Amino acid sequence: MTERLGALLPRYAPLFLLALAWEGLTLSGIVPSAALPRLDTVATAWFGLAESGELWTNAVASISRGASGLGLAIACGSLIGVLMAWYKPVRIAVNPIVQFFYPMPKSALIPVMVLWLGFGDASKVVLIFVGCLLPVTLSAFNGARGTEEVLIWSARSMGASRARVLWEVVVPSALPELLSGIRTALALSFVLLVSSEFIVARQGLGYMIGWLGDGGAYDAMFAVVLTVALLGFAADRGYLMLARRILAWRE
Amino acid sequence: MNGAAHIEIDRVSHTYRPVRGRPVLALDGISLSVRDREFLALLGPSGCGKSTLLYLVGGFLPVGEGSILVDSQPVAGPGPDRGIVFQHFALFPWKTVMQNVLYGLEKQGLPREERLRRAREHIDLVGLSGFEDSYPSQLSGGMKQRAAIARTLAIDPRVLLMDEPFGALDAQTRSLMQGELLRIWQRSRKTVIFVTHDVHEAVFLAERIAVMSARPGHVKEIVEARFDRDDPELARTPDFLEMVDHVWNLVRAEAIQADRSRVA
Repeated sequence: MTERLGALLPRYAPLFLLALAWEGLTLSGIVPSAALPRLDTVATAWFGLAESGELWTNAVASISRGASGLGLAIACGSLIGVLMAWYKPVRIAVNPIVQFFYPMPKSALIPVMVLWLGFGDASKVVLIFVGCLLPVTLSAFNGARGTEEVLIWSARSMGASRARVLWEVVVPSALPELLSGIRTALALSFVLLVSSEFIVARQGLGYMIGWLGDGGAYDAMFAVVLTVALLGFAADRGYLMLARRILAWRE
Repeated sequence: MNGAAHIEIDRVSHTYRPVRGRPVLALDGISLSVRDREFLALLGPSGCGKSTLLYLVGGFLPVGEGSILVDSQPVAGPGPDRGIVFQHFALFPWKTVMQNVLYGLEKQGLPREERLRRAREHIDLVGLSGFEDSYPSQLSGGMKQRAAIARTLAIDPRVLLMDEPFGALDAQTRSLMQGELLRIWQRSRKTVIFVTHDVHEAVFLAERIAVMSARPGHVKEIVEARFDRDDPELARTPDFLEMVDHVWNLVRAEAIQADRSRVA
């Protein structure tokens, strides 16, 4: 454990240097504190928010929205993508829709979601679901299409039915590409979460950033911004570790 | 033991229809019978349709024209009576050696104990004991092919289809594996169709060699290669070398033609 910590410290040294530079620039007055509050006041503000419990209730609200939207997108996207690869009619029906909506910036849907679903959780969950659905679908589709024909033939010649082959050969074959698509979706879910909460919400980390900024509490605002950054980083690292475990057979 | 089967290939043609480009006639009215418990090599230049014929027997491609009967039953799709070994192993990379071998046994609906016993027996047969829990990515090419052979033999098919199974291996490993395959075949005596473009390999392994023409493929000549395969010096005997020479002369003309048609 200490050995791993010893390896991690030098790797993240640049982050530490960045923090030092931040503190140095603000302390010396080169950057006015109205534009960038001192890092130590940001830290103080963070502990204040944490102690009052505000940070946690809002973080829980955000994380549960993000997890619901992303979870739904992973479940539906994987299913749609694999079925697109396996059944031609599904591909013909769904592919043009996916192709058309894939490049659209999903943040454009924020007002639409509010119009349809109001200011509560639903508009955020559905937005994240819609935004994350296509990257997951496309990666599942591409992964499943890349299934080696000889693997399907091998399974069939050992007595597997077509339905079994889909589950036992096509899905695992799609997994490496699918998992990397989900990683993209995970990052996207944070973008959509914070930006939608920022614009329309009464709860959540994005909402906090909004009202703290409007109220001029810049140190507290930066504390929340850094919290979001940290959450995103932790989610990505955690996901990578999980994916590496699932794909341990690849070596 | 399920025993073996005889195969009747009767005037089979097959045309590949690529998404882009013109259709290609791969097989043109090919007829061939493979006897019960026979080791037959399909030998021919690359692109002659020998693998296509194997896939048709395996049921992976639909038989359009002509008919293929395995023990008098027409082939209608893949099935566990015909096991196949591919050039690039086709092991499930997410499964260990043991899980790969167990896969087909699970499909047979055997009780758990029996599955494990048969899997271990066949892993042992191909000399992979100790590597049961390795993933394919951790194995050498030769070991991968051993695992693939164990997986196919474990379900005890009546027919063994082999699609250039040693083509991706280095020369030393290939020669070792040829010896191993003969040893295994002499124990189980299945009907084997072995696709290769290696004349020496065909003469060394097969009792009969069907020499195929350049595309569109048909059988040019069938050569009987009856040798005492228990003789460790077989590959150096004059009879053997003469046979290699004879078969090579048959193949050469076809190989030249195949090469020319590729340029044209």
